[in-house]
Amino acid sequence: MKKLLSGNEAIARGAYEAGVTVAAAYPGTPSTEILENFVRYPEIYAEWSPNEKVALEVGIGASIAGARVLVAMKHVGVNVAADPLMTVAYTGVNGGLVLVSADDPGMHSSQNEQDNRYYAKFAQIPLLEPSDSQEAKDMLKVAYKISEEFDTPVLFRTTTRVAHSQSLVELESRQEVPLKDYVKDAKKYVMLPAHARLRHPVVEERREKLAAYNETSSLNRVEPGSIKIGIITSGIVYQYVKEAMPEASVLKLGMTYPLPQKLITDFVNSVDTCYVAEELEPFMEEQIKAWGLKVIGKELFPRIGELSAELIAQKLSGQDQSEVAAAGSNQAEAIPVRPPVLCPGCPHRGVFYTIKKLQLKVTGDIGCYTLGATPPLSSMDTCICMGASIGNAHGMEKARGKEFVKNLVAVIGDSTFMHSGLTGLVNVVYNSGISTVLILDNSTTAMTGHQDHPGTGLTLNKQEAPQVDLVALVKALGAKRVQVVDPYDLKATEQAIKTEVEAEEPSVIIFKRPCVLLKGKGPKGCAYVDSEICLNCTECSKLGCPALVYKGEGYTPDVNTTLCNGCGLCNQTCRYGAILKEDSYE
Amino acid sequence: MNKVTNILIVGVGGQGTILASKVLGQVAQGLGKEVKVSEIHGMSQRGGSVVTQVRFGEKVYSPVIGVGSADVILAFEKLEALRWLPYLAPDGVIIVNDQEIDPMPVITGAADYPEDIYGALKTVAKTIVVPALEMAKKAGSAKAVNIVLLGVLANILNLAQESWLKAIEELVPPKTIEINKAAFRAGFSFE
Repeated sequence: MKKLLSGNEAIARGAYEAGVTVAAAYPGTPSTEILENFVRYPEIYAEWSPNEKVALEVGIGASIAGARVLVAMKHVGVNVAADPLMTVAYTGVNGGLVLVSADDPGMHSSQNEQDNRYYAKFAQIPLLEPSDSQEAKDMLKVAYKISEEFDTPVLFRTTTRVAHSQSLVELESRQEVPLKDYVKDAKKYVMLPAHARLRHPVVEERREKLAAYNETSSLNRVEPGSIKIGIITSGIVYQYVKEAMPEASVLKLGMTYPLPQKLITDFVNSVDTCYVAEELEPFMEEQIKAWGLKVIGKELFPRIGELSAELIAQKLSGQDQSEVAAAGSNQAEAIPVRPPVLCPGCPHRGVFYTIKKLQLKVTGDIGCYTLGATPPLSSMDTCICMGASIGNAHGMEKARGKEFVKNLVAVIGDSTFMHSGLTGLVNVVYNSGISTVLILDNSTTAMTGHQDHPGTGLTLNKQEAPQVDLVALVKALGAKRVQVVDPYDLKATEQAIKTEVEAEEPSVIIFKRPCVLLKGKGPKGCAYVDSEICLNCTECSKLGCPALVYKGEGYTPDVNTTLCNGCGLCNQTCRYGAILKEDSYE
Repeated sequence: MNKVTNILIVGVGGQGTILASKVLGQVAQGLGKEVKVSEIHGMSQRGGSVVTQVRFGEKVYSPVIGVGSADVILAFEKLEALRWLPYLAPDGVIIVNDQEIDPMPVITGAADYPEDIYGALKTVAKTIVVPALEMAKKAGSAKAVNIVLLGVLANILNLAQESWLKAIEELVPPKTIEINKAAFRAGFSFE
């Protein structure tokens, strides 16, 4: 019986069927659901690690200990894990080790759209790219065989449209794979220079063997069609190509590093004109052209954003794309955009309202609170990567002096602080900075859909775990000025921030209040407006709360009772007492 | 080659479009056809414009629906119906929930909520306006708006109720099964 599974669910299922016993990850769209799905498979130990580097290190340890292992992360997470990745490429594995990189062309939920296929080439490890859920499951099982046969980690690359699209998958039973023997082998696993020099030639030799394997691998196939047009493609773009050009000949590559030179050469020579259709960078195209083969790639297809069946049809049929775009855009101009916003009752809102009021500069970070950058809060000056807020603030101080940062705060979430904020804070203390760090502790990893982390007291499987004491932690890192404030209390919030930005030493304010979407943790009640009292001053609109609408006479707010959850912020912004709260509202 | 049926479910993050697409996906699967469902998770979910794409037929390649090729747009919100209108096929149908949710640029006064959206929709497509919130409340819960709309969709697609009711039973929280079934039936017999 076939089941409708997302790419991520299929990867988890594939790991289960392949006999995987250990999995580790840090959440990140579009990879998160892979690890969440392991909850269904008690045979597999699965954990949220505090960041991707730790996750991969856990995976490497488990592999060396003899287990089949899956490690998953979003594309930018691989940057964090790149250090162990580049060296496990040298050591090789014991039990099969697969690293899933979920890329995000089009940046649906990311800060860049880097093409992680280059990591495979960089580390000289095999690269697999499934094009739907069935392939994700099947190819993952092949990945473990490759990993063990060629003694290499495997990079398994999906994109958003594979990870988050559901298609039908035939389920099979699990193959139990016993742990491989653990034998101490320092020359293989202790990468001293002397040992590493011995491993590098092994890596080169392995790459050649993998290329030879890929010539006849069942991961690739030729789908013969018209000899006029041939298209070399991989991943989700294969689906777009089949939809757009059903008559064309297609070389569908499942393993895209190292590329099979003879297979590709024969295919290019078998058609009149050969195209390379791939999203983002000319990863395959560069290699194919380096072999002296004549193909058309990025001359035609964009390097930016996602491809689509329509785009491929337009490019290959020579239809002018601007005409098609124009037809849809006529109307689009008049339609107001609907950007994501902080939820009604979000505990981050009061902090950003206060920051805006005090006109502070903000070095920001990655999470729901990045939405503090959007109007009307508009309170963020930088957002680079996980954990960057604190280092950015410190750098600004060192560039422009202490006075410059006396109206600046670094804003970071609890999960992001655990991920990579600790080192930034210890650096501020060590190098006599005076940064003010606001840790927005909503007791979860909210943006990716509420995953636990070392500060929540629960594991991936919702088992109780020792909970990191944030106050004790930041004090241990050397910050002496530490306080905990309720971000639903605007007066206390303002007072704390005003005091700490003035302080001539590092300070940390922990704004503690659970995410409003966490079950049973939200506030109760509903706001209402007494229009007799309201003077239309619009102060409450500065909160940017979706539950406050201004459609009445003048600017009198009205409360959307289905959205409001009674957080009480708007009541506090109204100096005339026109916004009241019904505690028992249902 | 049999035609692929394309359905776009559009709305605002938090409106329950994902559950609706799960039910639809399961129904489409039960018809013994190939089915692909594509969603975007993550940042856009936070009150932003959300879309789920459902495609089924004998053979489905791309999980994504192209401009001008949706057979039905099931819109949970008026403005979102207008936003996704270019994706409707020339003979397509729009089912639109009679509900307005102001996006942030409207709340802040940077933009106006468009007037006469139904006029704009009706000039180009068969448009069915559904008072789904009222109907859901009558069925027992304001949260059942998504299932009311699915009922309307099932009727438009000319599909029997049984497989939908079964999918609803399996996918909604156990306590809400009866309310959701009532919501579905109300939608199915709408008009």
